[in-house]
Amino acid sequence: MEYFLIIISAIFVNNIVLAQFLGICPFLGVSNKLSTATGMSMAVCFVITLATLVTYLINKYLLIPFNITFLQTIAFILVIAALVQMVEIVLKKTSPSLYQALGIFLPLITTNCAVLGVAIDVVTKQFTFGGEAHFLNLGEAMVYAFATSLGYGLAMVIFAGIREHLAMNDVPKAFKGVPIALISVGILALAFMGFSGMVK
Amino acid sequence: MSNRFKLITDGFVKNNPTFVLILGMCPTLATTTSAINGLSMGLATLFVLVLSNIVISAIAPVVPDKVHIPAYIVVIATFVTLVQLLMQAFTPAMYETLGLFIPLIVVNCIILGRAEAFASKNGVLDSACDGLGVGLGFTCSLTVLGAVREMLGSGSIFGWNFLGGNDGMLAFVMAPGAFICLGYLMVLFNKFLKKS
Amino acid sequence: MAVKSNLKNMALCLTAVCLVCSALLAGAYALTKSPIEAAAKAKTEKSLSAVLPAFQSVEATELDGVRYYTAVKDGETVGYAIESGTIGFGGPLTLMVGVSADGTVYNTSVLSHNETPGLGAKCTSDKKFMAQWQGLDPAQKILSVKKDGGDIDAITASTITSRAYTRAVAGALDVYKKIKEGESHE
Repeated sequence: MEYFLIIISAIFVNNIVLAQFLGICPFLGVSNKLSTATGMSMAVCFVITLATLVTYLINKYLLIPFNITFLQTIAFILVIAALVQMVEIVLKKTSPSLYQALGIFLPLITTNCAVLGVAIDVVTKQFTFGGEAHFLNLGEAMVYAFATSLGYGLAMVIFAGIREHLAMNDVPKAFKGVPIALISVGILALAFMGFSGMVK
Repeated sequence: MSNRFKLITDGFVKNNPTFVLILGMCPTLATTTSAINGLSMGLATLFVLVLSNIVISAIAPVVPDKVHIPAYIVVIATFVTLVQLLMQAFTPAMYETLGLFIPLIVVNCIILGRAEAFASKNGVLDSACDGLGVGLGFTCSLTVLGAVREMLGSGSIFGWNFLGGNDGMLAFVMAPGAFICLGYLMVLFNKFLKKS
Repeated sequence: MAVKSNLKNMALCLTAVCLVCSALLAGAYALTKSPIEAAAKAKTEKSLSAVLPAFQSVEATELDGVRYYTAVKDGETVGYAIESGTIGFGGPLTLMVGVSADGTVYNTSVLSHNETPGLGAKCTSDKKFMAQWQGLDPAQKILSVKKDGGDIDAITASTITSRAYTRAVAGALDVYKKIKEGESHE
């Protein structure tokens, strides 16, 4: 039951893009076409889940025991950068087709703040999910990270669909490109606000 | 001299990080619930940007090509952690308000972007001026966006309430208002300030 | 331009950068440690002086995992401040609840919250809502919001936050009872 609440909360109620403002740059950057949006979402999904696993363990077994949590930001970003590189190399060797699909998005992910944001949130914030406020254990953290990245994918795919239609319309010159995209995201966020308070 | 002055002023209009380069959107949207929050976030970013630009331009000649990105990220992360510690110590309330977005300055694309595009190829003083200009432009945009959202959303400006305690349109303090306000501000910027 | 990379200078450069940066941060951490602790302490003291009658010294104690402070003036206990947490509309809501020696609520203060700006977040600013806790006697009032048949005026359009706030105060009063019971046993 709790895992179910985590999933609903992370995908709809606290959607990472529309409610938490994380990962907006790539969200605006690659949502022009449905196909690239799907590719990016899959790459993000992969990296967020993996990065959260590794940073959670590093935080628990390295930073906290040695009392050096002030190095958290540095350690996490280095882990993410290294991880992205490794994923890139491994994919290139083992699955060229997947590499072709995700390859160009991987380098962009290092500076996608959604990845670092989720990694930091998971180890520093207390969550409730219907029960007492508590820090997440490893299982919950993994479910949360995976569901959050699904939420990212959902927002991305919906928005790419909207943008494909926008591109065909006659938009006033000053509104062209990012401004009209931002206004559309605002309306999308308004719709997602209907979920707020559903899961605490 | 005039060249350096131009580097600073360019950050406001021609290279405005928010409205022209469209970089660093996450903190721009997330922390501008009021003018003062936007201003604080802008200043924190400015601090990191200037210092990391200075250090990176100084070390760039001796950093091997293949590891320059990790090396720069470590430098940036150091200054971000420094800001984190200083804010925790001296402005704890603001630190709580901005929360997660202080450590996330590390992945703000403006900073790595300026390091790559400018600081790694230019001298220390020029880089400092560039950081100052872009940082001030960013601060300025965030303060304006924060002020607009605060006026519409809470009926106040810099905490001074001009609606006499009545509520504003709450949606503007929340997530949708952030996107919509930034969208319309960008339209105004395109219309009146950007030279085509 | 940048130096040509080989394994030796890459490793050397990254190690050097990491070492210098960590050393710098360790220094900064050591320097800011005491101001950070002082800031946290000042925050607690501020909320304590807001929710308790004038006192000379406080003592922090834990009871079943709940932290509370006993305020003493001229050798007599003048009140207790109890940290009480619950879940509001947007996430955890933590209060500091001050209870006078006679068992009435002296005042309350919000330690942390995640409520919606302009709605639930008014629990930190709505004068009418905040004033009703001062001097509230739990023996004479029903601690639930009016919508649920109680005596507490909810914040307009923020019933869930008001319910949570009320629950947190009620929780603190339960702790107060336990403290009193514990004292009478001694």
